[in-house]
Amino acid sequence: MLLQVENVSVAYGAVEALKAVSLSVSGGEIVAVLGANGAGKTTLLKAISGLVPLKSGAIVYDGKKLHELPPHLIARMGVVHIPEGRRVFATLTVEENLNLGGYGCPKEEVKRAKEWVFQLFPVLKERRRQLAGTLSGGEQQMLAIGRGLMRSPRLMLLDEPSLGLAPLLVDQVFATIVEINKKGVPILIVEQNARKALNIADQAHVLEVGRIVLSGPAREIAADERVRQAYLGGATYERRLRAKESRAP
Amino acid sequence: MLTFLQQLLNGLTIGSFYAFVALGYSLVYAILKLINFAHGDLFGLGAYIGYTVFVYAFGVVGTVLGLWGLLAAGFVAAALGTAAAGLIIERVAYRPIYPIGRLPAVVSALGMAIFLSNFIMAVWGPRYLAYQEHFIPTGFWQIGEFRIRVLQVLILLSSLVLLGILYLVVEKTTFGAAVRAVALDRETAALMGIDFLKVIRFAFAVGPALGAIAGVFVGMYYRQINFTMGWVYGLKAFTATILGGIGNIPGAMVGGVLLGLLEALTAGYISAAWKDVFVFAALMLMLIFRPTGLLGEKVAEKV
Repeated sequence: MLLQVENVSVAYGAVEALKAVSLSVSGGEIVAVLGANGAGKTTLLKAISGLVPLKSGAIVYDGKKLHELPPHLIARMGVVHIPEGRRVFATLTVEENLNLGGYGCPKEEVKRAKEWVFQLFPVLKERRRQLAGTLSGGEQQMLAIGRGLMRSPRLMLLDEPSLGLAPLLVDQVFATIVEINKKGVPILIVEQNARKALNIADQAHVLEVGRIVLSGPAREIAADERVRQAYLGGATYERRLRAKESRAP
Repeated sequence: MLTFLQQLLNGLTIGSFYAFVALGYSLVYAILKLINFAHGDLFGLGAYIGYTVFVYAFGVVGTVLGLWGLLAAGFVAAALGTAAAGLIIERVAYRPIYPIGRLPAVVSALGMAIFLSNFIMAVWGPRYLAYQEHFIPTGFWQIGEFRIRVLQVLILLSSLVLLGILYLVVEKTTFGAAVRAVALDRETAALMGIDFLKVIRFAFAVGPALGAIAGVFVGMYYRQINFTMGWVYGLKAFTATILGGIGNIPGAMVGGVLLGLLEALTAGYISAAWKDVFVFAALMLMLIFRPTGLLGEKVAEKV
């Protein structure tokens, strides 16, 4: 196992955001974590990348205890966290944003990674001298992902990459994620867009108010009745279908 | 016309002092959103370290290296000593308090300011100390009735060079981009592998070092120093920071120079006694009509 999250609990003051959560990611796979707003998905990723302290439990990556390290050292180990809401540095140029993604890496490596990112997202190359804050939402998401790819990632944590994007861009972002995964980068993705996430994932977990309530291969999770009802809009879909039938002559 | 030119030169000189000190406020504010009230007294400490080197090393260093060698030694000692003091202050007075909140940190900063000025008084005494003529470059050029002192040229050149270097480091290097990234969004900067503490140490070493250089220059320019000088200059430089736009390096420079010019022109045309009135009136007008300062951008609050 590359990443092992064992019985992790996180609390913000008196509020417990994660309750004894366990999951693992092994080499080359995509693991999706589904859940509603406030289920603890973002907290899970923040705990892995060291942004929030654990109350109990352990996070082991490649044999090292991540929960004892500060976030910048975790990032330097190749655990790349692409935060929710893109969080590009708005008053820095696109190129400066990318360079920071490879902060502390050798110059040639940064240059090579930048070529790859420009190949994946040609629009970033066109706008390399523009301030990141002037990009459109979709372009900012590409920049956020591209920035994460600058430090040849060994594990990628993606937080709601489809949030606030037009449907066409969502497809493009997910296609890019699959492409990155094909290069051998394991991915832990957290999404409200359950259908999209289950489409590309190998394993999936369902998080409800800080607890994992369902785990398994993505295909099985997608077929689960409760998941269909709660996350895939199953109920609404069937109701609409029935309404259509009753209207038919 | 002569008064104008002479006051212009004086104003630029004084403005350089303010710009040097204002940068220290701005750097720390940009990164921590904290006003380091101890910064003015770090500037005072620099003036005293420089003085000590000049007085006690005069015999040794002065005879071997000459006046310029002595000056260089004084500046380097003041800059390094004050940078060390800045780092220590960060470690003992601020770092334990960051997690509690911004207001307690400001109180801690005020406490540190009081401690520092009293420390200076305890070590060097409460009386004015004189920067003596034999360790100050006293030459000047006379063009008609217009006089340019060597010291003024030295001050203007060093402010141009040092502040220019700082500007280039922050705006053009990857480390500078990391500093700006931390200022914008500390959490995301950490995800990039940027060590927050390293950036803080940069601000708390470079700011006080520049302040110390200004302190030594002020000693040379006015020929005397006092343990309260940090408070006066700190307040003026803080005003300059607000005028130019806090958290913004070119803003601190512009604010400093403008403030110096305003003071010198008021002193030249109205009365030296009125200069502070005009300075703080300018501050109030700026706060009313453009609270972000001249070069300050409207900062979108994070949601």
